[in-house]
Amino acid sequence: MPKRVGIEVSLAASEAACVADTDVVAAYPITPQTHIVEHLAELVADGKLDAEFVPVESEHSAMSVCVGSSAAGARTFTATSAQGLALMHEILFIAPALRTPIVMAVTNRALSGPISIWNDHSDIMAERDVGWIQTFAENGQEVFDLIIHAFRVAEDPQVMLPIMVNLDGFTLSHVIEPIEMLSASEVRKYLKPYKPRIVLDPKNPVTMGPVGMPEVYTEAKQQIEAALTDSKKVVVKAWEEFAKLYGRRYKPVETYRTKGAKIVLMTMGSVSETAMTAVDKMRDEGVPVGLLRFRLWRPFPLEEFKRAVKGVKVLAVMDRAISYGSRQGGPVFTEVRSALYGTPKAPQIFGFVAGLGGRDITVGTYEEMVDKAMRYAKKKKGPTYELIGVRER
Amino acid sequence: MEAALKNFKKFTPKSLPKVEPLAQGHRACQGCGEVLALRMALKAMGTNLIVASATGCMEIITSPYPQTAWNVPWIHVAFENAAAVASGVEAARKALMRKGRIPKQRTTILAVAGDGGTADIGLQALSGALERGHDFVYLCLDNEAYMNTGVQRSSSTPYGAMTTTSPPGKLSIGQNTWKKNMPAIAAAHAIPYVATASPAYYTDLMNKAKKAAMIKGPAYLHVYSPCPTGWRLAPELAVEISRLAVQTKVFPLYEVIDGRYVMSRKIKKPKPVEQYLKLQGRFRHLDKKTIQVIQDRVDREYETLVQKAAMSETEDELTE
Repeated sequence: MPKRVGIEVSLAASEAACVADTDVVAAYPITPQTHIVEHLAELVADGKLDAEFVPVESEHSAMSVCVGSSAAGARTFTATSAQGLALMHEILFIAPALRTPIVMAVTNRALSGPISIWNDHSDIMAERDVGWIQTFAENGQEVFDLIIHAFRVAEDPQVMLPIMVNLDGFTLSHVIEPIEMLSASEVRKYLKPYKPRIVLDPKNPVTMGPVGMPEVYTEAKQQIEAALTDSKKVVVKAWEEFAKLYGRRYKPVETYRTKGAKIVLMTMGSVSETAMTAVDKMRDEGVPVGLLRFRLWRPFPLEEFKRAVKGVKVLAVMDRAISYGSRQGGPVFTEVRSALYGTPKAPQIFGFVAGLGGRDITVGTYEEMVDKAMRYAKKKKGPTYELIGVRER
Repeated sequence: MEAALKNFKKFTPKSLPKVEPLAQGHRACQGCGEVLALRMALKAMGTNLIVASATGCMEIITSPYPQTAWNVPWIHVAFENAAAVASGVEAARKALMRKGRIPKQRTTILAVAGDGGTADIGLQALSGALERGHDFVYLCLDNEAYMNTGVQRSSSTPYGAMTTTSPPGKLSIGQNTWKKNMPAIAAAHAIPYVATASPAYYTDLMNKAKKAAMIKGPAYLHVYSPCPTGWRLAPELAVEISRLAVQTKVFPLYEVIDGRYVMSRKIKKPKPVEQYLKLQGRFRHLDKKTIQVIQDRVDREYETLVQKAAMSETEDELTE
């Protein structure tokens, strides 16, 4: 039975990369990701993790080092947040194109401006379309588990794509939680050593990252799209095997008390636990409400999502980022609505943007969303989306 | 560093290696001096090599999928990050060798970039990699502007040169800033080896490339790379202009070994800078006065270099 210890979630993320026997870590410090990098540096300094720690001069170089390292055949880990993720943007597209299975923890934080170090999802939502698998953790245990899972999926010969594991900055990254820490030997049962098929090796020269002329570029894009779409099978299978070995079960779309629910709240990340409390409270008060969370965001779990909302009358979708000027609120809302377009008996959908830049999301916030969504649904009329909790003065 | 070079065997015109890490049949322009310099550097380094290339002429002409001119492992990621990608390759191999997953064998890790990818957009990544002390060679092929995108000025473009973004006009003499001293910036990182080279002095270039590969730790090579297309130069004059650049003191050849400056070629009877400038269309708008300004600057910079080399010699004598 694995040890259950009280540990800061950031440190648990580093420990996960450690028991996964990471070969190279390249990272640049940014709040609130710092403790992850610091602890990795510590683990390497103490000889607990046999890896090269590359203290780069920027996130752009962090991701570039990771691509080089992964292309040379090393298991590679990094972590970043917000502006750091944005600075990586250019290279984020290239990592999946070169099929480098990098694993990155993203401590979600608001993007400037104004500058804010606090939590929301504007950083990750700006990187939706870069070709990475993206998962979301809700608590410390999930952070640890999803990082182990990420290595297994990323390096699967059928996948060979990089993965971002998202955890909320501060509200999750800086919290001390009881976590079952798997040991390196326990992890080895699940995660075999990385055996890349194509590496930079003088004995077998390959050309990586060539010019894609118009006659091949579309095909190259199509291959990445196909690989990402097909990766869902491996993602799910790897979660099933994780459950068999360690007892904890993960699904692309997680549900809570959705049975018989007429109205369903949709959230992502650590605030989902507050949402569960809100659902419990409202259920006690007789409101037929349930909760649905995306654990897997890329590839979008279309089938699982459609199944999960079958029979639901009203969807209240919470976004923690704004798609400026889309006039539809946030990216989760637009994707959810688009996914259900043309579905017979599709629920009425209302968008809510909340919890930007560290603004608290409380049980009351969810009650407000559910209450509003129900009222709009009853009238069959309401705003497409609204910002929750905007102060008048 | 000195120890590493104790048994250094120089290349001579008779002992040039037969290997061609870069195959012919690539798509460089006629008379390209950059691909010539690259080929020589690669011949000197051999095939126990991994190359990380920045975006630029050399990348685009050698890798139009499904063709490749590379007989050695090669990776291109982006424009500004060749040094960072090379850092990653080096770190990976270090870890994998230590962990017994790949055979223990030192391989040359080479980052290649143009002057824009080095002195401008790639400067930060390069500085980081040099400072961290990775065991790699950085090769800057300096053709003195963004040639791949159509001859735009870089911080390595010489004073007075015409480019598409430093056009001469009523209010402009062309490039109105002085060429950034990249080798000095590299040397300021106190790395074991910095050298300049020119394809006109090909054994010198190859010896420096070989030394750079042999030395443990970061080595920086700054290689003069004439671009007939961008310089408005007759294609058959690429080697001639490379020689003139050295003979006029415009592009001096030297090494900085563990901080000590060594002149590779002392120019006792320099040719006038005008002779160098007048062969190139990019300088044809310059008047006598401006040419004199350039001549003075070239003389001064060369003198500074000679003094640095003399100081290094004096220091050696004092320590002996």
